[in-house]
Amino acid sequence: MKYFKTIFNIVEKDIILELKAKEVINSMLIFALLVVIVFSFIFEPGADYKIDIAAGILWMAIIFSGILGLNKSMMNEVNGGNLTALLLAPIDRSAIFFGKTFSNFVFLLFMELITIPIYTIFYDISLLNNFIYNLITLLLGTYGFSLLGTLFSIISVKSRTREVMLPILLLPLIIPLILAAIQAMNIFIKGEDIVESYKWLHLLTAFDIIFTVVIYLIFEYVIEE
Amino acid sequence: MEKINRFIDIAVIVLIPVALFYAFIYAPIEKEMGVIQKIFYFHVSSAWIAFFAFFITFLCSILFLATNNYLFDDIAESSSEIGIIFCTIVLITGPIWAKPVWGVWWTWDPRLTTTLILWFIYIGYIMLRKFVEEYDKRAKFSAALGIIGFIDVPIVFLSIRWWRTIHPNVLQQGGGGLHPDMKTALIVGVIAFTFLYISMLIKRTKLAYLFRRLENLKSSQGV
Repeated sequence: MKYFKTIFNIVEKDIILELKAKEVINSMLIFALLVVIVFSFIFEPGADYKIDIAAGILWMAIIFSGILGLNKSMMNEVNGGNLTALLLAPIDRSAIFFGKTFSNFVFLLFMELITIPIYTIFYDISLLNNFIYNLITLLLGTYGFSLLGTLFSIISVKSRTREVMLPILLLPLIIPLILAAIQAMNIFIKGEDIVESYKWLHLLTAFDIIFTVVIYLIFEYVIEE
Repeated sequence: MEKINRFIDIAVIVLIPVALFYAFIYAPIEKEMGVIQKIFYFHVSSAWIAFFAFFITFLCSILFLATNNYLFDDIAESSSEIGIIFCTIVLITGPIWAKPVWGVWWTWDPRLTTTLILWFIYIGYIMLRKFVEEYDKRAKFSAALGIIGFIDVPIVFLSIRWWRTIHPNVLQQGGGGLHPDMKTALIVGVIAFTFLYISMLIKRTKLAYLFRRLENLKSSQGV
């Protein structure tokens, strides 16, 4: 029980901090919207094939602004030595990790909550058709992204190149996640057979479970202060 | 250890010419592809070594986290570097072979794509090692990447195979029916490359071990 209380406390702390500073979410949000706008120049206005690439553009916006936000969120922890203080505290270290993962997860979801309606207006695409399925894909994809993203932001922030290291380490690893999320959403947006999407949802679920377990097992040994 | 090292070195010096003989003279020339098919023996052997080397990195990463013995970190580092060399060879020889046979340099086939992503994961691994200053953090962080990266590879492969089945792959390779002599040449090639890998790994690990001792000496002397 104490384990979950630690996670909750860290999430609570991050949310209070973010409500005051509004640094992470604002920069992510503006960047995500910019990606959505810039990517719209790929195709002719009103082109038919835009429905084929719209899901991809949404995920690129989430991933790239997410990387920006993860870096910012971890820099906030390191500046002032908060991360060191947390790691020295007599609490389970993996609970600190999952606390950070969930607060990043919440920030990303909040960013998506605002980005997606604007995105659907710009691209004239409705995510309401298979709303529940779209929501599940978003939740699974965002969780997996914040999971590996949080781990590698802790690692990259300690390296000499800092921000540059995170995308280099993270992007190749989350290719299955990006691929599965885009393919599943393509099926929902185009209104194709839902059954086709199950394997992608299974893949996302498996990805999330496997890496949650692996990181839970190794985190204690990897991060020490 | 010194004796084993010498034995393996001699074995490599003998085996590499033997593998060349088997590939170029013993194995028959492929009817449709011609001489270009000869690259296959080195391509497949390199691919095997690349995967094997990254597996050793994975194994030694786990052992390092479990035992905190820095020798495993040395081996993991050395193996990843050798793996990258052979992975690069795979990615270079592949297109050289693919262009005349398939008509394109590159196709988004699951094996090709997975190898490319594998290359990026371990380039990241090597870069991380270069950019983390403290040796204990470097060892632990790269162990985490060595474990997660290797577990990720089958997931990458699976996802890309599913993706390609949606867009059927026209350029599917007609595997299977290898001439028995070709199979022998391939097996000899794989054995020779494996010995080459072991020989390189021992030398590189020694170097890493000496380098680590030197760093420890320097820091203890306050240089």
